[in-house]
Amino acid sequence: MVKRAGILVAVAALLWPLAASAAAGGYPLQEAGTDVGNLASLQRGARNFVNYCLGCHSAEYMRYSQVAEDLALTEFELRESLMFTTSRIYDGMLTSMPAVQARIWFGNTPPDLSLIARSRGVDYVYTFMKSFYEDPSRPTGANNAVLANTVMPHVLAGLQGGQQPRYETTTTRDGRQIQHLAGLDPGAPGEMSAAEFDGFVRDTATFLEYVSEPAKAQRRSLGVWVVLYLLMFMALAYFLKKEYWKDVK
Amino acid sequence: MAGNEAAPGATGKLAALGAWIDERFPMTKLWKEHVAEYYAPKNFNFWYYFGSLALFVLVLQIFTGIFLTMSYKPSAAEAFGSVEYIMRDVEWGWLIRYLHSTGASAFFIVVYLHMFRALLYGSHRKPRELLWLFGMLIYLVLMAAAFTGYLLPWGNMSYWGAQVIVSLFGAFPWIGDALVEWIRGDYFISDITLNRFFALHVVALPLVLIFLVVAHILALHEVGSNNPDGIEIKKTKGPDGIPLDGIPFHPYYTVKDIYGIGGFLVLFAAAVFFAPEMGGLFLEAANFEPANPLLTPEHIAPVWYFTPYYAMLRAVPAFAGTQVWGVLVMFAAILLLFFVPWLDRAPVKSIRYRGPIYKVALLLFAAAFIMLGYCGLQPAAQPYTALSVIGTVYYFAFLVLMPWYTRIDSHKPEPSRVKW
Repeated sequence: MVKRAGILVAVAALLWPLAASAAAGGYPLQEAGTDVGNLASLQRGARNFVNYCLGCHSAEYMRYSQVAEDLALTEFELRESLMFTTSRIYDGMLTSMPAVQARIWFGNTPPDLSLIARSRGVDYVYTFMKSFYEDPSRPTGANNAVLANTVMPHVLAGLQGGQQPRYETTTTRDGRQIQHLAGLDPGAPGEMSAAEFDGFVRDTATFLEYVSEPAKAQRRSLGVWVVLYLLMFMALAYFLKKEYWKDVK
Repeated sequence: MAGNEAAPGATGKLAALGAWIDERFPMTKLWKEHVAEYYAPKNFNFWYYFGSLALFVLVLQIFTGIFLTMSYKPSAAEAFGSVEYIMRDVEWGWLIRYLHSTGASAFFIVVYLHMFRALLYGSHRKPRELLWLFGMLIYLVLMAAAFTGYLLPWGNMSYWGAQVIVSLFGAFPWIGDALVEWIRGDYFISDITLNRFFALHVVALPLVLIFLVVAHILALHEVGSNNPDGIEIKKTKGPDGIPLDGIPFHPYYTVKDIYGIGGFLVLFAAAVFFAPEMGGLFLEAANFEPANPLLTPEHIAPVWYFTPYYAMLRAVPAFAGTQVWGVLVMFAAILLLFFVPWLDRAPVKSIRYRGPIYKVALLLFAAAFIMLGYCGLQPAAQPYTALSVIGTVYYFAFLVLMPWYTRIDSHKPEPSRVKW
């Protein structure tokens, strides 16, 4: 066992520079341009999430009741528009897809999305959703430029339409030809225009950013007042200090 | 009313209560010795805020830590979820957690500046060697507390960071494997490790820390504070036996330190409310995924306050079939700091009266430490490896060669009284 742990560390140490360089040379991420203070965007994002994500993914740490409170929804609105599973309002947002079935279908359980916008970054989430392309070699017929060979199908294909990969061939110094993904071109059109789809994905990313840290908007708005108060306190403390120190020569 | 038997300014029943306590407990005596009649030099500058700030952050960490402990569950199955419970369901839990996580980094920032102050003004020199040693022990315990605390959220970086750091002890020949197993209490980082790190983090280390801080302050008050001139104010006393350049700690330095705390809190609150992750320096992205023994984070790096030593570890190549040299260099880097009071042979203490050699050497030392810290955050590739080697060599040269270069360095005469 000691040996196994040792090997794990050794492998980690060996692979780590590779992983780091892979991340550095990966598909460029697009700026998500989200704003967790935008209530309308959050509400649309929540609707997108329960319609397109929750079928397979959970957000186990996000309670429905908290979503309702933060997104200014009544319990009735919450039940009517966001709760399609058998969950109660104080439950976390759990998918109804059984984990065992998921492993049979996809070979893997779809990851919980409670913290995905914090562990990967919101730009990653945004770009990932936009970067599926047609790839007949994959079992689902789709691949992803951000997460190569993902087992996730192109769930948003109906909205976005298909995308075709554009490859570039570069020649290395020793004369080998290397093909790499240079970008994605629009294919068959979907229900939405490119701009509409960007908005759809941005709203969804905004909701996931909120889900990863529900207090984020409150933290920022409260922070302004805390810092202002402390500046005032500091000024008062400065004058108090000056008053006392008058007689120190 | 007899002179030292009651709190000053108290009248009537309150004074009687004070006198009653003073007959049984040295309340007034302690207050006078350590606060109201502790005479500190009047010329403290910016660098002298960081001692009281370190004490303030310690209290903040203990206070927020107590509240976190009320909702945290130290088990591998529940730890990650309980932190999210604190972040989402506990009233103001997110604030308490961010205060604590930002406080950990703030602690190291103020302690590093506090230590640099000692090197600037010779605060570690005779008669304050023991004060420095207590301070170094505080630094060690602080590192242990930060390391054990970082495992508790049970994120993937917690797990792999602990895995890598604990494995370092395995580099020691013969005893390595047994030592690592003893620290973990298991064959890998597990629920058992988490539980014992929790015990160390919330009970053992804070207890030792508080004891050492008391010893640090008692040692300081026994010898008296140094000052930016590096001269002893006790050498020039007035007819009343009070140093001419000394002012009572209370009210002068209590009000001044309150101002300092105000300034600190502005910056601290800005970090807590607007950048609690500090771009991955205070809270790493990979730690928002639960610990996964089968999945290594892309880039394992310790938190920024350990990275100077981590860079040294990586700068030393394997030699004679073992990696132990890097580990030894890392430990030696910290151990050598204990000896600085005796390595420094300059006839003056303060940088104000020292020659150009020490001025340049100290500035480069600070630069090397920051550069090492930066390299420790980067992947182990060029140019960072080369810079780490340069930084490590300079770090050791600064300390090991100190007895020589401080002796041949020129110096200016010290004044007899402090200047502003």
